[in-house]
Amino acid sequence: MQYLVSVIDDKSNPGSTDRQPAISAFNERLIAEGHWVFAGGLADTDAATVVDNRGEQAVFSDGPFVESKEYLAGVWVWEAPDLDVALKLAAEASQVCDRKIEVRPFR
Amino acid sequence: MSHAERAVTRAHREEWARVVAAVTRRFGDLDLAEESAAEAFAVAVERWPADGVPPNPGAWLTTTANHKAIDRIRRESKRDEKQKEARVVHDDSPPEPLGVIDDDRLRLIFTCCHPALAVQARLALTLRMVGGLTVPEIARAFLVSENTVGQRITRAKAKVKAARIPYRVPSADDLPARVSGVLTVLFLVFNEGYLATGPDTDPVRQDLTAEAIRLTRLIRSLLPDDGEVAGLLALMLLIEARRPARVSAGGELVPLAEQDRGAWDAELIGEGHRLVRSRLAAAAAGVAPGRYQILAAINAVHTSARDIRDTDWSQVLALYDQLVRVDPSPMVALNRAIAVAELDGPEVALAAVDRLEPVLSGYHAYHVTRADLLRRLGRSRESRVAYDRAIELAGNTAETAYLTRRRDQLG
Repeated sequence: MQYLVSVIDDKSNPGSTDRQPAISAFNERLIAEGHWVFAGGLADTDAATVVDNRGEQAVFSDGPFVESKEYLAGVWVWEAPDLDVALKLAAEASQVCDRKIEVRPFR
Repeated sequence: MSHAERAVTRAHREEWARVVAAVTRRFGDLDLAEESAAEAFAVAVERWPADGVPPNPGAWLTTTANHKAIDRIRRESKRDEKQKEARVVHDDSPPEPLGVIDDDRLRLIFTCCHPALAVQARLALTLRMVGGLTVPEIARAFLVSENTVGQRITRAKAKVKAARIPYRVPSADDLPARVSGVLTVLFLVFNEGYLATGPDTDPVRQDLTAEAIRLTRLIRSLLPDDGEVAGLLALMLLIEARRPARVSAGGELVPLAEQDRGAWDAELIGEGHRLVRSRLAAAAAGVAPGRYQILAAINAVHTSARDIRDTDWSQVLALYDQLVRVDPSPMVALNRAIAVAELDGPEVALAAVDRLEPVLSGYHAYHVTRADLLRRLGRSRESRVAYDRAIELAGNTAETAYLTRRRDQLG
């Protein structure tokens, strides 16, 4: 079972910036234990562009699809046998990243 | 009611969770388990009057539910997934020994009370899957529409499936935290029964308090060494014991001080006291008691007194001090102030209560307590204002009646 694990940062109350070494170590463990599928940090939401080509012509607009105080700062895809395993890892991940984590199963 | 009808009713009460749990273990699907269990009981209603009640109703129902589940999967697999059929065809698991079945029910409870589900969803799912209550019954109990309950249960089951919430007793590390979530759900059910909210319900819903006690007994039989489970059971029994004296013939709430103590249920009190004593022994051996055990001990002090004047208030206050350390919530501080009033007088208590205003001003119990303290201090005008606010916020008909009379008695 695969889970999308989103790292959620907060514009007005951002998490610590010195977490990279701890995240790398955590990733090593995810790989060693067979949970790691994919991971990536995201550039700031300022760098996002929304494309809508459902109408007559494609419309490009600057910024993320929804403006909010909280935003997606990075993602993992994990392989885990069930939600309890994923939640346990997510609890660790939240500490390691100093940010909130959303766990959502793939369909 | 005929013998067979009584047997079905009884089996529904005693075996529902077992049947649902057994089908869930075999097929890993709450929806399927619930539907098959319901079908099995429907078959029992039809057959038992004609064929006689089977010697082991639980086993009969489980077997029938399993067959119904297989029928259902076969029907569905003809439409879509061939894979499911393969699983059914190759399933030759032998009947499980009793211990495993009990473990099944525990797993079912932990699945329904999983922390990834919203509290309201846990409540509805537990009452439905473990308690066997119907959707209309749950809706009536919590004053929400059947539609809302149905949606909560459907969504919760969908989340269990989609997120793969495991059907499992949590590991030893997680157990204490997860048991506390289960106990929260059971206490919510009990409290709604004990002080039912809403203008059109009975002030006391005995069906709900009984259900909460039954489920807590079940948890206790499955986790006999958990102190908080014992504590919650004792607490419920000691509160339930006072139920016969709690509402007057005129439908008015009777406060503890004015209750006819002869009407209290001595048997429940005896059982509650025995549980509290066993927890006191554990505490003496160095096991720190949790919130429910301390609350049970407070209720044990109240139920030991023959008369309100006989109440050992210093013992009550000492227990509240202990409770504040475990649960420093404003509600605990409010209840502690009631004991303070008995020992140090209403003036000291009122000062403590007034400090809670910023956090509790929207809560009816805060105004009830203030109204009573102000009345005892002879500050009638302020007391009246507090009663007005309490009446506005109280949801229980018997309580509203009591508060209204109290207010109208003010000079």
